[in-house]
Amino acid sequence: MSVLIFVELDNGSVKKTSLEAVAYGAEVAKLTGTTATVLALGKADSSALEQTGSFGATKVLHAAAEKLSHENSLAYADVLVQAVQQENSKIIIISKSGLGDAVAARASAKLKAGIVSGVTDLPVINERFSVKRSIYTGKAFSTVEMKSEVKILVVKKNAVEATEGSGSATVESFSPTLRDSDFQASVGQIEKASSELSLTEADIIVSGGRGMKGPENWQPLLDFAHALGAATGCSKPVSDLDWRPHHEHIGQTGIKVAPNLYIACGISGAIQHLAGVNGSKYIVVINKDPEAPFFKAADYGIVGDIFDVLPKLTKAVQELK
Amino acid sequence: MKILVCITNVPDTTAKITFTDNDTKLNKAGVQYIIGPYDDYALARAVELKEQLGGSVTVLHVGEADADPQIRKALAIGADDAIRVNINPVDSYFTAVQIAHIASENKYDLILMGRESIDFNSGVVHGLVGEMLGIPSYSPVMKLEISGTTATIAREIDGGKETLTAPLPLVLGCQEPISEWKIPNMRGIMTARTKPLLVVEPVSVEEMTSPEKYSLPAPKGACKMIPASEAETLIKLLRTEAKVL
Repeated sequence: MSVLIFVELDNGSVKKTSLEAVAYGAEVAKLTGTTATVLALGKADSSALEQTGSFGATKVLHAAAEKLSHENSLAYADVLVQAVQQENSKIIIISKSGLGDAVAARASAKLKAGIVSGVTDLPVINERFSVKRSIYTGKAFSTVEMKSEVKILVVKKNAVEATEGSGSATVESFSPTLRDSDFQASVGQIEKASSELSLTEADIIVSGGRGMKGPENWQPLLDFAHALGAATGCSKPVSDLDWRPHHEHIGQTGIKVAPNLYIACGISGAIQHLAGVNGSKYIVVINKDPEAPFFKAADYGIVGDIFDVLPKLTKAVQELK
Repeated sequence: MKILVCITNVPDTTAKITFTDNDTKLNKAGVQYIIGPYDDYALARAVELKEQLGGSVTVLHVGEADADPQIRKALAIGADDAIRVNINPVDSYFTAVQIAHIASENKYDLILMGRESIDFNSGVVHGLVGEMLGIPSYSPVMKLEISGTTATIAREIDGGKETLTAPLPLVLGCQEPISEWKIPNMRGIMTARTKPLLVVEPVSVEEMTSPEKYSLPAPKGACKMIPASEAETLIKLLRTEAKVL
Protein backbone atom coordinates (compact mmCIF):
# COMPACT_ATOMS: atom_id res chain seq x y z
CA MET A 1 0.00 0.00 0.00
CA SER A 2 2.90 2.32 -0.68
CA VAL A 3 2.48 5.93 -1.73
CA LEU A 4 3.25 5.96 -5.46
CA ILE A 5 5.10 8.90 -6.97
CA PHE A 6 5.17 9.34 -10.74
CA VAL A 7 8.37 11.09 -11.82
CA GLU A 8 9.30 12.84 -15.05
CA LEU A 9 12.66 12.16 -16.61
CA ASP A 10 14.84 14.48 -18.62
CA ASN A 11 17.74 12.91 -20.48
CA GLY A 12 17.93 9.96 -18.11
CA SER A 13 17.78 11.92 -14.86
CA VAL A 14 14.83 12.76 -12.65
CA LYS A 15 13.52 16.34 -13.05
CA LYS A 16 14.00 18.63 -10.08
CA THR A 17 10.26 19.21 -9.69
CA SER A 18 9.79 15.43 -9.64
CA LEU A 19 12.38 15.08 -6.85
CA GLU A 20 10.27 17.55 -4.89
CA ALA A 21 7.27 15.29 -5.56
CA VAL A 22 9.29 12.36 -4.19
CA ALA A 23 10.04 14.32 -1.01
CA TYR A 24 6.33 15.18 -0.75
CA GLY A 25 5.34 11.56 -1.27
CA ALA A 26 7.84 10.41 1.34
CA GLU A 27 6.31 12.80 3.88
CA VAL A 28 2.83 11.53 3.04
CA ALA A 29 4.10 7.96 3.43
CA LYS A 30 5.33 8.87 6.94
CA LEU A 31 1.93 10.42 7.76
CA THR A 32 0.10 7.29 6.61
CA GLY A 33 2.48 4.67 8.02
CA THR A 34 3.74 3.33 4.73
CA THR A 35 6.62 3.66 2.29
CA ALA A 36 7.22 5.69 -0.86
CA THR A 37 7.61 3.99 -4.24
CA VAL A 38 8.69 5.89 -7.34
CA LEU A 39 7.49 5.03 -10.86
CA ALA A 40 9.93 5.98 -13.63
CA LEU A 41 9.21 5.40 -17.30
CA GLY A 42 11.62 5.17 -20.18
CA LYS A 43 15.39 5.24 -20.38
CA ALA A 44 17.04 6.33 -17.13
CA ASP A 45 20.42 6.27 -15.41
CA SER A 46 20.12 3.78 -12.54
CA SER A 47 22.17 6.09 -10.31
CA ALA A 48 19.66 8.89 -10.94
CA LEU A 49 16.85 6.54 -9.93
CA GLU A 50 18.69 5.34 -6.83
CA GLN A 51 19.18 8.98 -5.85
CA THR A 52 15.43 9.32 -5.26
CA GLY A 53 16.22 7.40 -2.08
CA SER A 54 17.91 10.49 -0.69
CA PHE A 55 14.57 12.27 -1.05
CA GLY A 56 12.79 9.51 0.84
CA ALA A 57 11.87 6.84 -1.68
CA THR A 58 12.39 3.22 -0.69
CA LYS A 59 11.88 1.64 -4.09
CA VAL A 60 11.77 2.59 -7.74
CA LEU A 61 9.68 0.71 -10.28
CA HIS A 62 11.47 1.27 -13.55
CA ALA A 63 9.63 0.52 -16.78
CA ALA A 64 12.54 0.93 -19.15
CA ALA A 65 10.77 0.03 -22.41
CA GLU A 66 12.15 2.17 -25.25
CA LYS A 67 8.60 3.04 -26.37
CA LEU A 68 8.12 4.81 -23.04
CA SER A 69 11.11 7.07 -23.48
CA HIS A 70 9.05 9.61 -25.38
CA GLU A 71 6.48 11.66 -23.45
CA ASN A 72 3.10 9.93 -23.89
CA SER A 73 0.41 10.73 -21.34
CA LEU A 74 -1.91 8.01 -22.68
CA ALA A 75 0.60 5.20 -22.19
CA TYR A 76 1.99 6.71 -18.99
CA ALA A 77 -1.46 6.81 -17.38
CA ASP A 78 -2.08 3.17 -18.27
CA VAL A 79 1.32 2.12 -16.88
CA LEU A 80 0.67 4.18 -13.73
CA VAL A 81 -2.59 2.30 -13.18
CA GLN A 82 -0.80 -1.05 -13.52
CA ALA A 83 1.79 0.10 -10.96
CA VAL A 84 -0.97 1.27 -8.61
CA GLN A 85 -2.58 -2.13 -8.86
CA GLN A 86 0.70 -3.94 -8.22
CA GLU A 87 1.53 -1.76 -5.21
CA ASN A 88 -2.09 -1.50 -4.04
CA SER A 89 -1.38 2.21 -3.61
CA LYS A 90 -4.08 4.44 -2.20
CA ILE A 91 -2.25 7.73 -2.66
CA ILE A 92 -0.59 8.84 -5.90
CA ILE A 93 1.64 11.90 -6.11
CA ILE A 94 2.46 13.66 -9.37
CA SER A 95 4.28 16.95 -9.89
CA LYS A 96 2.08 19.54 -11.59
CA SER A 97 3.03 20.13 -15.22
CA GLY A 98 1.33 19.75 -18.60
CA LEU A 99 2.38 16.10 -18.65
CA GLY A 100 1.71 15.53 -14.95
CA ASP A 101 -1.85 16.85 -15.16
CA ALA A 102 -2.55 14.78 -18.27
CA VAL A 103 -1.28 11.55 -16.70
CA ALA A 104 -3.07 12.25 -13.41
CA ALA A 105 -6.34 13.01 -15.18
CA ARG A 106 -6.47 9.85 -17.26
CA ALA A 107 -5.37 7.73 -14.30
CA SER A 108 -8.09 9.34 -12.17
CA ALA A 109 -10.77 8.32 -14.68
CA LYS A 110 -9.34 4.79 -15.06
CA LEU A 111 -9.15 4.25 -11.29
CA LYS A 112 -12.26 6.29 -10.34
CA ALA A 113 -9.88 8.06 -7.97
CA GLY A 114 -10.50 11.57 -6.65
CA ILE A 115 -8.07 14.11 -8.07
CA VAL A 116 -6.93 17.50 -6.80
CA SER A 117 -4.46 19.49 -8.90
CA GLY A 118 -2.42 22.43 -7.61
CA VAL A 119 -1.78 21.09 -4.10
CA THR A 120 0.39 23.47 -2.07
CA ASP A 121 0.86 21.71 1.29
CA LEU A 122 0.99 18.28 2.89
CA PRO A 123 -2.44 16.76 3.47
CA VAL A 124 -4.05 17.12 6.89
CA ILE A 125 -5.18 13.66 7.89
CA ASN A 126 -7.41 13.14 10.92
CA GLU A 127 -11.02 11.97 10.56
CA ARG A 128 -10.83 13.50 7.12
CA PHE A 129 -8.16 13.71 4.40
CA SER A 130 -7.88 17.37 3.46
CA VAL A 131 -5.61 19.10 0.99
CA LYS A 132 -4.94 22.78 0.34
CA ARG A 133 -4.63 23.88 -3.26
CA SER A 134 -3.91 27.07 -5.14
CA ILE A 135 -6.80 28.73 -7.04
CA TYR A 136 -7.50 31.95 -8.98
CA THR A 137 -3.98 31.71 -10.38
CA GLY A 138 -2.35 32.06 -6.97
CA LYS A 139 -4.69 34.73 -5.59
CA ALA A 140 -6.34 32.31 -3.14
CA PHE A 141 -6.44 28.79 -1.73
CA SER A 142 -9.13 26.17 -1.37
CA THR A 143 -9.02 23.41 1.22
CA VAL A 144 -10.93 20.34 0.07
CA GLU A 145 -11.73 17.00 1.59
CA MET A 146 -10.88 13.99 -0.55
CA LYS A 147 -13.42 11.23 -0.10
CA SER A 148 -12.45 8.53 -2.57
CA GLU A 149 -10.54 5.42 -1.52
CA VAL A 150 -7.74 6.12 -3.99
CA LYS A 151 -6.51 9.70 -4.15
CA ILE A 152 -4.42 11.51 -6.75
CA LEU A 153 -2.62 14.67 -5.65
CA VAL A 154 -1.00 16.82 -8.32
CA VAL A 155 1.50 18.88 -6.40
CA LYS A 156 2.82 22.37 -7.09
CA LYS A 157 6.46 23.36 -6.81
CA ASN A 158 7.57 24.23 -3.25
CA ALA A 159 4.77 22.23 -1.57
CA VAL A 160 7.45 20.79 0.67
CA GLU A 161 11.04 21.76 1.40
CA ALA A 162 12.92 19.08 -0.52
CA THR A 163 16.22 18.57 1.23
CA GLU A 164 18.51 15.89 -0.06
CA GLY A 165 19.52 13.45 2.65
CA SER A 166 21.45 10.27 2.23
CA GLY A 167 19.93 6.99 1.24
CA SER A 168 19.51 5.04 -1.90
CA ALA A 169 16.34 3.52 -3.34
CA THR A 170 16.24 -0.02 -4.69
CA VAL A 171 15.51 -0.07 -8.40
CA GLU A 172 13.17 -2.81 -9.55
CA SER A 173 12.39 -3.65 -13.12
CA PHE A 174 8.71 -3.14 -14.05
CA SER A 175 7.24 -4.65 -17.21
CA PRO A 176 3.75 -3.32 -17.81
CA THR A 177 1.61 -4.35 -20.77
CA LEU A 178 1.60 -1.59 -23.38
CA ARG A 179 -1.44 -0.97 -25.57
CA ASP A 180 -1.05 -0.19 -29.28
CA SER A 181 -3.98 2.23 -29.05
CA ASP A 182 -1.86 4.49 -26.84
CA PHE A 183 0.76 4.83 -29.57
CA GLN A 184 -1.38 5.94 -32.52
CA ALA A 185 -0.01 9.47 -32.67
CA SER A 186 3.14 10.00 -34.67
CA VAL A 187 5.57 12.53 -33.33
CA GLY A 188 6.96 14.96 -35.86
CA GLN A 189 9.27 17.82 -35.12
CA ILE A 190 10.46 18.58 -31.64
CA GLU A 191 11.71 22.12 -31.12
CA LYS A 192 13.44 22.62 -27.86
CA ALA A 193 15.75 25.34 -26.67
CA SER A 194 17.68 22.65 -24.85
CA SER A 195 20.61 24.84 -23.97
CA GLU A 196 18.31 27.13 -22.01
CA LEU A 197 17.23 26.54 -18.46
CA SER A 198 13.60 25.51 -18.12
CA LEU A 199 11.47 28.27 -16.59
CA THR A 200 9.50 25.83 -14.48
CA GLU A 201 12.64 24.24 -13.03
CA ALA A 202 14.77 27.38 -12.60
CA ASP A 203 15.68 28.70 -9.14
CA ILE A 204 16.28 32.20 -10.52
CA ILE A 205 14.51 33.94 -13.38
CA VAL A 206 15.32 37.31 -14.94
CA SER A 207 12.44 38.69 -16.95
CA GLY A 208 12.09 41.64 -19.32
CA GLY A 209 9.15 43.82 -20.23
CA ARG A 210 8.36 46.73 -22.52
CA GLY A 211 10.66 48.92 -20.46
CA MET A 212 13.53 47.18 -22.24
CA LYS A 213 12.45 49.28 -25.26
CA GLY A 214 13.30 46.73 -27.95
CA PRO A 215 14.69 43.27 -28.70
CA GLU A 216 18.06 44.76 -29.60
CA ASN A 217 18.47 45.86 -25.97
CA TRP A 218 18.28 42.43 -24.38
CA GLN A 219 22.02 41.81 -24.03
CA PRO A 220 22.43 43.46 -20.58
CA LEU A 221 19.54 41.32 -19.30
CA LEU A 222 21.05 38.18 -20.81
CA ASP A 223 24.44 39.03 -19.29
CA PHE A 224 22.82 39.46 -15.87
CA ALA A 225 20.92 36.18 -16.22
CA HIS A 226 24.07 34.40 -17.34
CA ALA A 227 26.01 35.70 -14.33
CA LEU A 228 23.25 34.44 -12.05
CA GLY A 229 22.78 31.12 -13.84
CA ALA A 230 19.19 32.21 -14.32
CA ALA A 231 16.51 31.33 -16.85
CA THR A 232 15.02 34.20 -18.87
CA GLY A 233 11.37 35.17 -19.24
CA CYS A 234 9.30 38.02 -20.57
CA SER A 235 5.91 39.72 -20.27
CA LYS A 236 3.01 39.13 -22.70
CA PRO A 237 3.43 42.39 -24.66
CA VAL A 238 7.08 41.51 -25.29
CA SER A 239 6.08 38.04 -26.51
CA ASP A 240 3.24 39.42 -28.68
CA LEU A 241 5.67 41.91 -30.25
CA ASP A 242 7.98 38.96 -31.02
CA TRP A 243 10.86 40.63 -29.14
CA ARG A 244 11.34 37.32 -27.35
CA PRO A 245 10.27 33.73 -28.10
CA HIS A 246 6.76 32.74 -27.04
CA HIS A 247 7.97 30.08 -24.65
CA GLU A 248 9.43 32.87 -22.46
CA HIS A 249 6.00 34.46 -21.91
CA ILE A 250 5.21 34.44 -18.19
CA GLY A 251 1.72 35.38 -17.05
CA GLN A 252 -1.97 34.55 -16.72
CA THR A 253 -2.12 32.94 -20.17
CA GLY A 254 1.56 32.02 -20.36
CA ILE A 255 3.90 30.09 -18.11
CA LYS A 256 3.35 30.17 -14.36
CA VAL A 257 6.64 30.15 -12.50
CA ALA A 258 7.62 29.65 -8.88
CA PRO A 259 11.36 30.32 -8.59
CA ASN A 260 13.24 31.27 -5.43
CA LEU A 261 14.04 34.61 -7.07
CA TYR A 262 12.18 36.49 -9.80
CA ILE A 263 13.81 39.66 -11.13
CA ALA A 264 11.56 41.85 -13.28
CA CYS A 265 13.25 44.39 -15.55
CA GLY A 266 11.10 47.08 -17.11
CA ILE A 267 7.83 45.27 -16.36
CA SER A 268 5.05 47.42 -14.91
CA GLY A 269 3.29 44.56 -13.13
CA ALA A 270 -0.16 44.19 -14.66
CA ILE A 271 -2.38 41.73 -12.78
CA GLN A 272 -2.11 39.26 -15.65
CA HIS A 273 1.68 39.18 -15.27
CA LEU A 274 1.49 38.92 -11.47
CA ALA A 275 -0.69 35.86 -11.90
CA GLY A 276 2.27 34.12 -13.48
CA VAL A 277 4.77 34.97 -10.75
CA ASN A 278 2.93 35.05 -7.43
CA GLY A 279 4.39 31.65 -6.53
CA SER A 280 7.89 33.15 -6.42
CA LYS A 281 9.69 33.20 -3.10
CA TYR A 282 11.27 36.62 -3.65
CA ILE A 283 10.45 39.25 -6.24
CA VAL A 284 12.81 42.05 -7.28
CA VAL A 285 11.47 44.87 -9.44
CA ILE A 286 13.66 47.24 -11.44
CA ASN A 287 11.72 49.98 -13.17
CA LYS A 288 12.16 53.61 -14.20
CA ASP A 289 8.64 54.41 -12.98
CA PRO A 290 8.29 54.70 -9.18
CA GLU A 291 4.51 54.28 -9.61
CA ALA A 292 4.82 50.92 -11.34
CA PRO A 293 2.26 48.64 -9.63
CA PHE A 294 4.79 45.81 -9.55
CA PHE A 295 6.59 47.47 -6.60
CA LYS A 296 3.55 46.65 -4.45
CA ALA A 297 4.13 42.95 -5.05
CA ALA A 298 7.91 43.11 -4.70
CA ASP A 299 10.26 42.29 -1.86
CA TYR A 300 13.07 44.50 -3.20
CA GLY A 301 12.87 47.37 -5.66
CA ILE A 302 15.13 49.72 -7.55
CA VAL A 303 13.77 52.80 -9.27
CA GLY A 304 16.18 53.61 -12.04
CA ASP A 305 17.29 53.26 -15.63
CA ILE A 306 17.48 49.55 -16.45
CA PHE A 307 20.48 50.05 -18.71
CA ASP A 308 22.32 51.82 -15.92
CA VAL A 309 21.34 49.36 -13.17
CA LEU A 310 21.75 46.01 -14.94
CA PRO A 311 25.50 46.25 -15.65
CA LYS A 312 26.09 47.30 -12.03
CA LEU A 313 24.18 44.25 -10.81
CA THR A 314 25.96 41.93 -13.22
CA LYS A 315 29.33 43.18 -11.99
CA ALA A 316 28.26 42.73 -8.36
CA VAL A 317 27.19 39.13 -9.03
CA GLN A 318 30.46 38.35 -10.80
CA GLU A 319 32.40 39.76 -7.85
CA LEU A 320 30.27 37.68 -5.48
CA LYS A 321 31.46 34.45 -7.05
CA MET B 1 -16.93 18.39 -38.78
CA LYS B 2 -18.79 18.21 -35.47
CA ILE B 3 -16.98 20.17 -32.81
CA LEU B 4 -17.86 20.49 -29.13
CA VAL B 5 -16.35 23.44 -27.29
CA CYS B 6 -16.53 23.38 -23.50
CA ILE B 7 -16.43 26.79 -21.86
CA THR B 8 -16.14 28.02 -18.30
CA ASN B 9 -17.70 31.10 -16.73
CA VAL B 10 -15.11 32.78 -14.54
CA PRO B 11 -14.20 36.07 -12.79
CA ASP B 12 -12.11 38.24 -15.10
CA THR B 13 -8.37 38.38 -14.64
CA THR B 14 -8.41 41.72 -12.79
CA ALA B 15 -11.00 40.60 -10.21
CA LYS B 16 -10.13 41.07 -6.56
CA ILE B 17 -10.74 37.71 -4.93
CA THR B 18 -12.35 37.70 -1.46
CA PHE B 19 -14.67 35.31 0.36
CA THR B 20 -17.84 35.50 2.41
CA ASP B 21 -20.08 33.19 4.44
CA ASN B 22 -17.25 32.14 6.73
CA ASP B 23 -14.89 31.73 3.79
CA THR B 24 -17.10 29.20 2.05
CA LYS B 25 -18.23 31.31 -0.90
CA LEU B 26 -16.63 33.66 -3.39
CA ASN B 27 -17.65 37.27 -2.81
CA LYS B 28 -19.21 38.09 -6.18
CA ALA B 29 -19.95 41.75 -5.45
CA GLY B 30 -18.41 43.85 -8.21
CA VAL B 31 -16.93 40.82 -9.98
CA GLN B 32 -17.17 40.79 -13.78
CA TYR B 33 -17.63 37.36 -15.34
CA ILE B 34 -16.15 36.27 -18.66
CA ILE B 35 -15.68 33.17 -20.79
CA GLY B 36 -12.41 31.60 -19.58
CA PRO B 37 -9.61 33.10 -21.71
CA TYR B 38 -8.17 29.69 -22.62
CA ASP B 39 -11.67 28.53 -23.64
CA ASP B 40 -11.88 31.63 -25.85
CA TYR B 41 -8.86 30.32 -27.78
CA ALA B 42 -10.58 26.94 -28.19
CA LEU B 43 -13.81 28.56 -29.36
CA ALA B 44 -12.06 30.83 -31.86
CA ARG B 45 -10.17 27.90 -33.42
CA ALA B 46 -13.37 25.82 -33.57
CA VAL B 47 -15.21 28.57 -35.43
CA GLU B 48 -12.28 28.93 -37.86
CA LEU B 49 -12.26 25.19 -38.54
CA LYS B 50 -16.01 25.18 -39.11
CA GLU B 51 -15.68 28.04 -41.59
CA GLN B 52 -12.86 26.19 -43.34
CA LEU B 53 -14.27 22.64 -43.35
CA GLY B 54 -18.01 22.98 -42.83
CA GLY B 55 -19.95 21.33 -40.00
CA SER B 56 -21.08 22.65 -36.65
CA VAL B 57 -19.81 24.00 -33.35
CA THR B 58 -21.74 23.23 -30.17
CA VAL B 59 -20.86 25.10 -27.00
CA LEU B 60 -21.21 23.26 -23.68
CA HIS B 61 -21.16 24.75 -20.21
CA VAL B 62 -21.59 23.01 -16.86
CA GLY B 63 -23.04 25.64 -14.57
CA GLU B 64 -26.02 27.70 -13.57
CA ALA B 65 -28.12 30.30 -15.39
CA ASP B 66 -25.81 33.18 -14.46
CA ALA B 67 -23.52 31.82 -17.20
CA ASP B 68 -26.12 32.38 -19.93
CA PRO B 69 -24.72 35.77 -21.04
CA GLN B 70 -21.31 34.13 -21.62
CA ILE B 71 -22.95 31.24 -23.50
CA ARG B 72 -24.80 33.76 -25.71
CA LYS B 73 -21.47 35.48 -26.35
CA ALA B 74 -20.01 32.16 -27.50
CA LEU B 75 -22.98 31.79 -29.87
CA ALA B 76 -22.36 35.34 -31.08
CA ILE B 77 -18.72 34.48 -31.77
CA GLY B 78 -19.91 31.72 -34.10
CA ALA B 79 -21.06 28.58 -32.28
CA ASP B 80 -24.28 27.14 -33.73
CA ASP B 81 -26.00 25.91 -30.61
CA ALA B 82 -25.39 25.53 -26.91
CA ILE B 83 -26.04 23.12 -24.09
CA ARG B 84 -25.92 24.02 -20.42
CA VAL B 85 -25.85 21.31 -17.76
CA ASN B 86 -27.72 22.94 -14.93
CA ILE B 87 -25.47 22.51 -11.89
CA ASN B 88 -22.52 24.18 -10.27
CA PRO B 89 -19.86 21.44 -10.46
CA VAL B 90 -18.09 20.52 -7.23
CA ASP B 91 -14.83 19.45 -8.88
CA SER B 92 -13.13 18.57 -12.17
CA TYR B 93 -14.18 14.93 -12.02
CA PHE B 94 -17.83 15.96 -11.72
CA THR B 95 -17.50 18.37 -14.65
CA ALA B 96 -15.84 15.70 -16.78
CA VAL B 97 -18.62 13.17 -16.15
CA GLN B 98 -21.20 15.70 -17.36
CA ILE B 99 -19.22 16.53 -20.48
CA ALA B 100 -18.51 12.87 -21.25
CA HIS B 101 -22.20 12.06 -20.86
CA ILE B 102 -23.25 14.75 -23.37
CA ALA B 103 -20.45 13.76 -25.74
CA SER B 104 -21.31 10.07 -25.57
CA GLU B 105 -24.76 10.87 -26.96
CA ASN B 106 -23.35 12.79 -29.94
CA LYS B 107 -20.42 11.77 -32.10
CA TYR B 108 -18.06 14.76 -32.01
CA ASP B 109 -14.91 14.72 -34.14
CA LEU B 110 -13.24 17.19 -31.84
CA ILE B 111 -13.82 18.19 -28.25
CA LEU B 112 -12.01 21.43 -27.45
CA MET B 113 -11.63 23.41 -24.24
CA GLY B 114 -9.08 25.66 -22.61
CA ARG B 115 -5.99 24.01 -21.14
CA GLU B 116 -7.29 25.04 -17.71
CA SER B 117 -9.95 27.28 -16.21
CA ILE B 118 -8.57 30.40 -14.59
CA ASP B 119 -10.55 29.89 -11.38
CA PHE B 120 -9.31 26.49 -10.28
CA ASN B 121 -6.32 26.05 -12.63
CA SER B 122 -6.64 22.25 -12.53
CA GLY B 123 -5.98 21.47 -16.18
CA VAL B 124 -7.39 17.94 -15.87
CA VAL B 125 -10.88 18.02 -17.37
CA HIS B 126 -9.68 17.27 -20.92
CA GLY B 127 -7.71 14.23 -19.72
CA LEU B 128 -10.64 12.99 -17.63
CA VAL B 129 -13.10 13.42 -20.51
CA GLY B 130 -10.74 11.74 -22.98
CA GLU B 131 -10.30 8.72 -20.75
CA MET B 132 -14.01 8.50 -19.92
CA LEU B 133 -14.82 8.47 -23.66
CA GLY B 134 -11.87 6.23 -24.62
CA ILE B 135 -10.47 9.02 -26.82
CA PRO B 136 -6.89 10.40 -26.82
CA SER B 137 -6.40 13.81 -25.20
CA TYR B 138 -3.60 16.36 -25.59
CA SER B 139 -2.78 19.57 -23.78
CA PRO B 140 -1.57 22.26 -23.97
CA VAL B 141 -2.20 22.63 -27.69
CA MET B 142 -0.73 25.69 -29.41
CA LYS B 143 -1.61 24.85 -33.01
CA LEU B 144 -4.30 22.71 -34.62
CA GLU B 145 -4.78 21.80 -38.28
CA ILE B 146 -7.24 19.25 -39.63
CA SER B 147 -6.89 17.28 -42.83
CA GLY B 148 -9.65 14.77 -43.44
CA THR B 149 -9.82 12.70 -40.26
CA THR B 150 -6.29 13.53 -39.12
CA ALA B 151 -5.23 16.29 -36.78
CA THR B 152 -1.79 17.85 -36.69
CA ILE B 153 -1.15 19.60 -33.41
CA ALA B 154 1.72 21.47 -31.82
CA ARG B 155 1.90 20.78 -28.13
CA GLU B 156 3.86 22.86 -25.63
CA ILE B 157 6.59 20.97 -23.83
CA ASP B 158 9.19 22.18 -21.33
CA GLY B 159 11.08 24.96 -23.13
CA GLY B 160 9.67 24.30 -26.57
CA LYS B 161 7.09 22.39 -28.58
CA GLU B 162 6.48 19.10 -30.33
CA THR B 163 4.35 18.38 -33.38
CA LEU B 164 2.05 15.38 -33.35
CA THR B 165 -0.22 13.83 -35.94
CA ALA B 166 -3.15 11.82 -34.62
CA PRO B 167 -6.44 10.44 -35.94
CA LEU B 168 -9.74 11.99 -34.86
CA PRO B 169 -11.63 12.00 -32.57
CA LEU B 170 -9.54 13.92 -30.04
CA VAL B 171 -10.01 15.94 -26.86
CA LEU B 172 -7.72 18.97 -26.77
CA GLY B 173 -6.82 21.55 -24.11
CA CYS B 174 -6.05 24.78 -25.96
CA GLN B 175 -3.88 27.84 -25.37
CA GLU B 176 -2.26 30.62 -27.37
CA PRO B 177 -1.28 30.93 -30.13
CA ILE B 178 -3.74 28.34 -31.48
CA SER B 179 -5.90 31.24 -32.60
CA GLU B 180 -6.67 34.86 -31.86
CA TRP B 181 -9.60 35.69 -29.59
CA LYS B 182 -12.70 36.55 -31.61
CA ILE B 183 -14.88 39.54 -30.85
CA PRO B 184 -18.56 39.03 -31.67
CA ASN B 185 -19.81 41.35 -34.41
CA MET B 186 -23.26 42.96 -34.55
CA ARG B 187 -24.65 40.25 -36.80
CA GLY B 188 -23.33 37.56 -34.48
CA ILE B 189 -24.92 39.20 -31.47
CA MET B 190 -28.28 39.45 -33.23
CA THR B 191 -28.35 35.85 -34.43
CA ALA B 192 -27.10 34.55 -31.07
CA ARG B 193 -30.43 35.45 -29.50
CA THR B 194 -32.29 32.90 -31.61
CA LYS B 195 -29.73 30.08 -31.61
CA PRO B 196 -30.75 27.12 -29.43
CA LEU B 197 -29.57 27.03 -25.78
CA LEU B 198 -30.67 23.69 -24.36
CA VAL B 199 -30.68 23.32 -20.58
CA VAL B 200 -30.35 19.78 -19.26
CA GLU B 201 -30.17 18.23 -15.80
CA PRO B 202 -26.89 16.64 -14.63
CA VAL B 203 -26.28 12.93 -14.33
CA SER B 204 -25.35 11.70 -10.86
CA VAL B 205 -21.68 11.34 -9.93
CA GLU B 206 -20.13 9.68 -6.90
CA GLU B 207 -18.67 12.22 -4.50
CA MET B 208 -14.91 12.51 -4.95
CA THR B 209 -14.07 15.76 -3.17
CA SER B 210 -15.95 18.20 -1.00
CA PRO B 211 -14.92 21.85 -0.50
CA GLU B 212 -14.19 22.86 3.09
CA LYS B 213 -13.10 26.47 2.99
CA TYR B 214 -11.27 29.17 1.09
CA SER B 215 -8.36 31.29 2.28
CA LEU B 216 -6.18 34.13 1.12
CA PRO B 217 -2.39 34.31 0.99
CA ALA B 218 -0.54 36.05 3.85
CA PRO B 219 -0.21 39.76 3.01
CA LYS B 220 3.11 40.77 1.46
CA GLY B 221 5.49 42.83 3.58
CA ALA B 222 6.73 46.22 2.45
CA CYS B 223 9.09 46.42 -0.52
CA LYS B 224 12.67 47.27 0.42
CA MET B 225 13.73 50.07 -1.92
CA ILE B 226 17.38 50.35 -2.93
CA PRO B 227 18.71 53.54 -4.57
CA ALA B 228 19.89 53.01 -8.16
CA SER B 229 23.23 54.59 -7.24
CA GLU B 230 23.76 51.75 -4.73
CA ALA B 231 22.33 48.98 -6.91
CA GLU B 232 25.07 46.53 -5.86
CA THR B 233 23.58 46.44 -2.35
CA LEU B 234 20.73 44.44 -3.82
CA ILE B 235 23.06 41.56 -4.61
CA LYS B 236 24.47 41.61 -1.10
CA LEU B 237 20.96 41.57 0.41
CA LEU B 238 19.85 38.75 -1.87
CA ARG B 239 22.75 36.67 -0.58
CA THR B 240 22.79 37.56 3.11
CA GLU B 241 19.16 38.42 3.81
CA ALA B 242 16.99 36.56 1.30
CA LYS B 243 19.61 33.84 0.94
CA VAL B 244 18.66 33.14 -2.65
CA LEU B 245 22.09 33.65 -4.21
